[in-house]
Amino acid sequence: MSNIGTAGAPDRAPRPDYRTPLKRVRGLGSAKSGVAHWWRQRITAIVMLVLIPWLVGLFVSFVGVDAESARHAVARPWNTVALMAFVIAGFWHAKLGMQVVIEDYVHVRWLEVTLQVLVTLACALAALASLYALIHIAVTTAPYYR
Amino acid sequence: MALRERPLSPHLQVYRWQITMVMSILHRASGVLLTLAALGLAWWLLALDAGGDHYMRAARLLASPFGLIGLFGISLALVYHLLNGVRHLLWDMGWGFEISDTYRSGWAVAVLTIVLTAAIWYSALGAHA
Repeated sequence: MSNIGTAGAPDRAPRPDYRTPLKRVRGLGSAKSGVAHWWRQRITAIVMLVLIPWLVGLFVSFVGVDAESARHAVARPWNTVALMAFVIAGFWHAKLGMQVVIEDYVHVRWLEVTLQVLVTLACALAALASLYALIHIAVTTAPYYR
Repeated sequence: MALRERPLSPHLQVYRWQITMVMSILHRASGVLLTLAALGLAWWLLALDAGGDHYMRAARLLASPFGLIGLFGISLALVYHLLNGVRHLLWDMGWGFEISDTYRSGWAVAVLTIVLTAAIWYSALGAHA
């Protein structure tokens, strides 16, 4: 009766801890960042999973409309906020994903490091430029509703 | 770093093509494409902010055959990466690891990708036809 307290999963024994003392001493493992990359990739994915249906609808509504109408739609408070959240989650997720692709396929060290730095800078710059555009559109477009 | 010949695991070409492997490759490829598309989104937002001729130039480029093919590819990649990403999240929670489950979820993603992408383009273009 060692399963008392594991209601619903009587066949599941307590998980043994396979980590060696050395692993525990070294803490965050060989990557020096633990599981942070994995978690950030998942969290940003879930944020986008929520936002994308909304934003696809927004972008579909831009087909064939003039700049003023598109501008007014983007300047609506919740659309601006959703787009800002999407831009942050999107470029972060892109940086994390491209990092893994480069780690897996680029085996020349100087090229790998150069690409990692370039991807990081490009994603940061594009995210900042997008946020600037969104904020500028929001504060220079009035009224919000029409 | 000392370079030494080390034994390698078999490469992709020794395996028979199967849906699980195709899905995995496409997930990465669509992710890389979407990174480029995200740069395009930044460019479009800046054009919208600049307004006037800047926006018209961006809108004309997107409405050109080249732009439409690009947008179609991006929409396909977005829907696919999103749906297959859900598949990955379910795996992360321990669901669907049986071989038969991975095949079934793979085909579900493939079919839903086509259906949802078609629905997006129907609502984008059909509404104006």
